[in-house]
Order: sequence, then structure tokens, then C-alpha cells
Amino acid sequence: MASARNENRPLSPHLQVWKWGPHMLVSILHRVTGSGMATVGAIVFLAWLGALAGGKECYEWFMDLLTVKSGAPNIAGYILGIGLTLSFFQHMMTGIRHFVLDTGAAFELKANRNFAILTMVVSVTLTVLLWGYLSYDRLIAPPVENTPIQVETK
Amino acid sequence: MGNGTSIGRVRGLGSAHEGTHHWWQQRMTAGANLALMLWLIVSLVLLPSLDYGTLTAWLSSPLAAVPMILLVISVFYHLKMGLQVVIEDYERDARRIVLMTLLNFFAIAAAVFAIFSILKIAFTGAA
Repeated sequence: MASARNENRPLSPHLQVWKWGPHMLVSILHRVTGSGMATVGAIVFLAWLGALAGGKECYEWFMDLLTVKSGAPNIAGYILGIGLTLSFFQHMMTGIRHFVLDTGAAFELKANRNFAILTMVVSVTLTVLLWGYLSYDRLIAPPVENTPIQVETK
Repeated sequence: MGNGTSIGRVRGLGSAHEGTHHWWQQRMTAGANLALMLWLIVSLVLLPSLDYGTLTAWLSSPLAAVPMILLVISVFYHLKMGLQVVIEDYERDARRIVLMTLLNFFAIAAAVFAIFSILKIAFTGAA
């Protein structure tokens, strides 16, 4: 537990001395997305499950917080939904990258770089595909016809 | 642990005498999470809607409730180990102990709450 570090001593070379590469970015993304899902994601998941267990009214009140009348997500629903799915796919892909690295493979500079970039390409692609699929019906639906505003006449 | 050659006894154990336990558990739960989370996402996307009746009917089936409970155990154990490493990296002394305690309480309480919710829906939810 001794933490008495002499402040006059230099720290070992850290973030600022390295040339940035995608492997550093995905390593940080892995931690950020993991921490985000472990906190925000866990709370949303618990609220959703708890509301479902709480009964119909409770669940509808919860879903109202995240959706508009038609059932489509509202702003909060989109931010949480897209944020958490993108986080999940990124964490999943960098997690798979860790599995590969654990075997001792893909440490060659080029392969490592390509694999790091690939995790981000795949996570964004999967997120777009998922939300495209979810929104497909609304995207191809004909535009809602404007119903004339009812004017009260005397 | 008392048998074998001296190299055999220390293999896999670092100076902490714990070796690769944490790392291995994290990888095991990662593999389980991968399968279970993909199952959950595909299941939810394939449901006709996410309204109360549809979801409780779905979760009343053992084929949904059992994987959901397994998912909660695996995900919250993985979550606890992941945040533990983050705390170990950035916090020290008293703050580390306090945060580690809170993390353990949160992970266990959250998992128990989630499992209870699943069981309540599974046993009583099908309306």
C-alpha cells in the first residue's frame, strides 16, 4: 500500500512519446466501451428487466421514456440504443482481437494494424446493418399523408 | 500442489501465487458473453414487437429464461472483472479499496436483481 512516489523522479515514457496507430485507438476503445457498457449499459439493462418484471404499466412507463408514440425511439432512445449497440460490437470485435492475440498471432506490424482497423470497420458496419434492419419498415413506408388541421368554425 | 518437480509447481503462478486465474476467467466469460449476447440481440430483433405481452410471453419460455439467467451471470461476472482492472490501473490506497467494495456490491446486487426479475417474469409473467 506504500504509495510514496518521489515527485521529483521522472515518469517512464508514456502516451506522449509514441506515434499514434490504430492498435492504440482500439485498445483504448476496448476499455472505454467496456466501462460504458458496465455502467450505463448495465443500468439500462436492469431498468428494462426490472420494469418488465414490474408489470404492464411499469414497463410502458419505462418504454415511454425512450420512444415516441409510434414506437420508434426518441432522441434518448437513439443515443442509448445506437451508443450501446456500437459499444457492444466494438467491444466484441476487439475482444475477438484479444483472443487472436492471446494465441500469439497477428503481432506482425501490418497484420496487427489491419486487424485493428478491421475491428472498427466491422463494428460500424454491424451497427448500421442492425439499425437499418430495425428501421427498414419506416424507411420504405410511404410518407404519412398530412391530415388537414381541424379548424374550429363557428 | 505439493507434488511434481519444482518447475511444475510454479508453472503458471506468478509472484502473486495466483497466476492466470483472473485472465482465464475473463476469457471464459468473454466467450460465453459472445454467444449469449448475440443470441439475445438476434432474439429481440426477431420478435414481432417489444411490447409487454410479447416480451413476457417470450421470457416465460425456459428456452429464453435459462439463457437469460446464464447471460446475467456471465456478463456481470465479466463486468466485475473488467472494471476491477480499470480500478487497479487508476486508483490506489483507500480509494481503491472503497471502489473495489462498491464494485463487488454493485455487481452481485445487480446480478441478483436481474435474475429475480427474470424468474418473476418466467413464473408469473405469461398473461
